[in-house]
Parts: sequence; structure tokens; C-alpha cells
Amino acid sequence: MSGILVYSELESTALGLLTVGRELAAEMDKPLAIALLGEGAADQAEASFAHGASRAYVGNDPALAVFQAGAYAAALAQIVDRAQADIILTASTRRGRELAPRLAQKLSAGCVTDATSLSLQEGRLVTERRALGGNTVSRETITSPHQVIAVMPRLFDAQPGSNSVGEVVQVTLELAPSTTNLVERRLKEAGSVNVEEAEVLVCIGRGLSEETDLSMIQNLAAALGGVVGCTRAISHEYHWLSEEQMVGLSGKISSPNLYIGIAISGQIQHTVGILDSNVIVAINKDKNAPIFKIADYGIVGDLYQVVPRLIEQLPGGKADV
Amino acid sequence: MNIIVCMKQIVDLEQIRIKADSRQPVLDGLPVLFGDFDKCALEESVRIKEKQGGKVTAVAAGSAKLKDTIKEALAIGADEAVILTDAALQGSDTMGSARLLAKAVEKIGDYDLILLGDGSADNYSGQVPPRLAELLNLPQVAFVREMEVLDNKVRAVRDLEDALEVVEVDLPAVISVTGELNTPRLPPLSAILKAGRKPVHTWGPDDLGLTADSLGEAASTIEVLSNLAPLQDRKEIVFEDAEEGVVELVRALQREGVLEQ
Repeated sequence: MSGILVYSELESTALGLLTVGRELAAEMDKPLAIALLGEGAADQAEASFAHGASRAYVGNDPALAVFQAGAYAAALAQIVDRAQADIILTASTRRGRELAPRLAQKLSAGCVTDATSLSLQEGRLVTERRALGGNTVSRETITSPHQVIAVMPRLFDAQPGSNSVGEVVQVTLELAPSTTNLVERRLKEAGSVNVEEAEVLVCIGRGLSEETDLSMIQNLAAALGGVVGCTRAISHEYHWLSEEQMVGLSGKISSPNLYIGIAISGQIQHTVGILDSNVIVAINKDKNAPIFKIADYGIVGDLYQVVPRLIEQLPGGKADV
Repeated sequence: MNIIVCMKQIVDLEQIRIKADSRQPVLDGLPVLFGDFDKCALEESVRIKEKQGGKVTAVAAGSAKLKDTIKEALAIGADEAVILTDAALQGSDTMGSARLLAKAVEKIGDYDLILLGDGSADNYSGQVPPRLAELLNLPQVAFVREMEVLDNKVRAVRDLEDALEVVEVDLPAVISVTGELNTPRLPPLSAILKAGRKPVHTWGPDDLGLTADSLGEAASTIEVLSNLAPLQDRKEIVFEDAEEGVVELVRALQREGVLEQ
């Protein structure tokens, strides 16, 4: 039993996993394969080969028509067996987080979700993930014969390799009929604000007095060519901004070139979402606020004085705001 | 409708200090509590019971402090509790925790629905609900932000990155919930006083037919190599004069090359 199997419901993510998987496969001398599940997934075989897979295991079944973790885990376990894989890589999307532990349990295997790094150290796969509410980074290795690792989405970019040939293996799946009915699927409003991919991210916290004062924060973001994000209080308690703009442990993770945190104390539940920013700026009237400890630059002052002045000073700012 | 709620006792994360020299977290002596998502799962169970009748049983594994911690769950409205505090259970990985909870659920026996938080507030790995569902061979729905119990079914709204998915699953099922589901009640004093009289069962490995080698650290499939605060290499330049600070900040950001020209 030796092989790496990649699965993700998102093609671009699967190709990113293959890109890192092929380096691991070469170092560990294991074959690299991909599982393609469900209607139409077989179309991804060619791209998978171009990204390093030598085999694509293709399976479909009526039980896979609606996502249910039990059926998908059963399908993957059958492919793991067929492929003789011992390392299974998937992405920590919401689907992936629901699926990976269930697959691991089927395989009596250890599992790491939300891995922020993946590397081979002295022959062992070592992962890192945030622990203790984001206070620490836990470096872990899985000791069971099978290892299931769900890495943060978009951790790895997809890059085609030099090979482009592979073998398609049709797998006949044996799955119990689905007990989950999809009643409705409502797309969320297309995020006008994408905090995850912002180059400049201005976040606002509990210190903002009025909802109408958000325009000042938006003006600052506009002057910087950036977008506005927020802490949980602003989106989930006050409902002044959308949940899609909430940055932190249970929200979005961002790594902008410039982050400015305004009236944010710096609780780890928020800052875990921006720790990888290139430059961190904090504006807070409390000089003891913990955010100054993780900032490159800080200004101690009231946001209602500091932010308008800052907009004035900026090359793209307007003096009349 | 009999509901089992599985909860995890965690340390108060806001009180964790980090040793400056070793970057190690200091956990000794910290207060323990239940995480917010766990309380949302409990609150929802109690609301369903209040509407439809039945019983809510809270199950939790952890240190001996659970004897006190569990009182909060009973005050919020669980009818009884099962706590798993045996020393042999310490150091479990998520598979060990799920096995233990599955055994406890089987011993409780009469249930229609199992509710949990989507992830514990400390490690948020989200592994226990899917593993528990697999061990009990039940359907699961995670990331549930709205739910409604129908005849022998649950209708749940699953919160995905780009969509909301309304699904119906047959009962019994394992449902794991997010913080958007509800706002857990603050129990009144009368409920807190009454909580002390509700039954709390303490079960050990023997009660659950588990052997020591299938539990705790001995059975863990995860080896933690280190668990330290991340290295932070920030400049920490703080301007205490706001007016001057703004000018200095803009200069600094220009030097850093992070301003649009």
C-alpha cells in the first residue's frame, strides 16, 4: 500500500493539490493519482495528467448526485483501496471539512484539517495548523497507516508539469442509496467585496460608533485601492457589513500586501485571519491594545480624528471627506 | 424527540498567555467552559424539546472539572448529563473522542437526533461530528445555520462558501451547527439552582466496554511535534502623537512600497 490520492470538488484546487502532490510523490517514490467523482468529473482527467497525476480513478453513482459526506467518503474509500493509496490529500473547503474526517474514520486513520503547510521532514509528512483558538501553531504528523490531510484552499497554485499522459481507471462503486434530499440551493449574492484576495484590506472593529460612519472607512479603503473587512461584532452582532466581510477564525483568511486594523483590539479570533499580511498597521485609542504587538506601524488615537487625516495625506485621498 | 448534545470542555482561550522566551502557551490553572458553537447546539436542542417534548441529554468528555462545567448545560435546559472524566481518556485524538462519544450514545440508546457544534472553539478541526456519524452509520449535515424538525426528518440549511443548501435528511442524524443558528440563553437563577438537582452520570471505559489501549494517548493517530505561538517578526513602531503619526505612517508606507502611486 503506497500511493498519494488527491480529491477535491473544485477542479482548480485539485490541480493545486496535484502540483504539490507530484513533488511529494517524487520525493517519497509513490505514484500520484486523482479521484474524479460524480457526473462529468471524468472531463478533468486530461488536466489532471498535465498536473502530474499518472492515474485518474473515475466513479459515478446516483448516490453522489446530492452531496452527502457518507456516500462521498464511501466512494473515496473504495478508490483508496483500488489505488492502494496511503496518503489522501484534499482541501479544507466546507465540503472537504465535512468529508475528510468521515473518510479518515472509514479508514481508521488520523486526519488533519485546515493544514496551513505540508512538508516532508525526515521521511514523514509534517503539517501545520492553528490551534488553541489561533494562539499557537501545531506541527503534527499522522501515525496511522492511512493519512488524510485537508489543506487550506488556495494554499497551492496549480502549475502544469512536464508529463501529460496518464491512465483513466473506471471504478464501479457500491454505494447505499442516498437519504439526503436537496430541497433548494440558493447562491449567495456575488461577493462585491472579496476580502480573501484583497491587496489592501482595511478592517473595522467594535470601536465604530455609528453605521453611517462606515462611509469614512470606505473612503479610506478607496483611497488605498482596497476593500473593507470587519470583525465578528460588526457583521454578526451589528449587521453593518455582510458576513462575507468578516475576517478571522470563523470567517475569511486574507494575506494582503497592506492591512489596516481600525478600532480593533487584536483578539486572536480576528488577527488569525490577517497574520500573513505583508505590512500590518493598527489604529486604536488604547495604547495597550494587543494589536500593536503584532503591527508594523501603529497610531494611538481616536479613529474619528486619525482616519480623516490619513485620507487627506494619501496620494489618492480627497481632502473633503 | 430525544436529543443527545455532545459538548467539549475547553480552556478560556482569551486568558491564554504565551511565554515570551519559549513561545509556549500557559494553560495551567485557566478556567474551563463550553465553546459558543456547543452552546448553540444545546440551545437548539432545548428549543426543539420545548416545542415538541422529549428529552435532552448532554454528553461531554474531559477533565474532572466537568463536574462543575456541566452544570451550565443543565441550567440552559439539558434534562440530564453524561460525563466521561476518566484519566485514561486524556490525550485522545479526534478519533478517540469520537469512539468514546459513539459508545456513550449507543449506551444512552433512545435518541432521534444528535447535535454538536461545528468545531470546538480551541482547535476547530471539525472532525468529531463526521467521525461520530460514520461510527454510528448515520447521515450528517455540517455548517447548519438554520434547522427545523419535521416528521422523522430534519430540514437544515447548510452554509457553504458560495451558497446556502437546504437539505432534508432522515432521522436519526448527526447535525453540526454554526454560531448563526441561535443566541444561547443566559439561564435565570432559578434554572441554575434547579440544575444541581438534575441527574449526572459519570461513565468510565468499563461502562462503555472500551479497553485502555483503544483510548487516550495510547490510541492517538496524531503525534504533535510542537505547539507554539507563531514567530512574529513585526516592527512594532507605534506613534503616540496621532497628528504626527499620520504623516510618519504615510511616509513609512511609501517606503514599504505598499501605497498605490
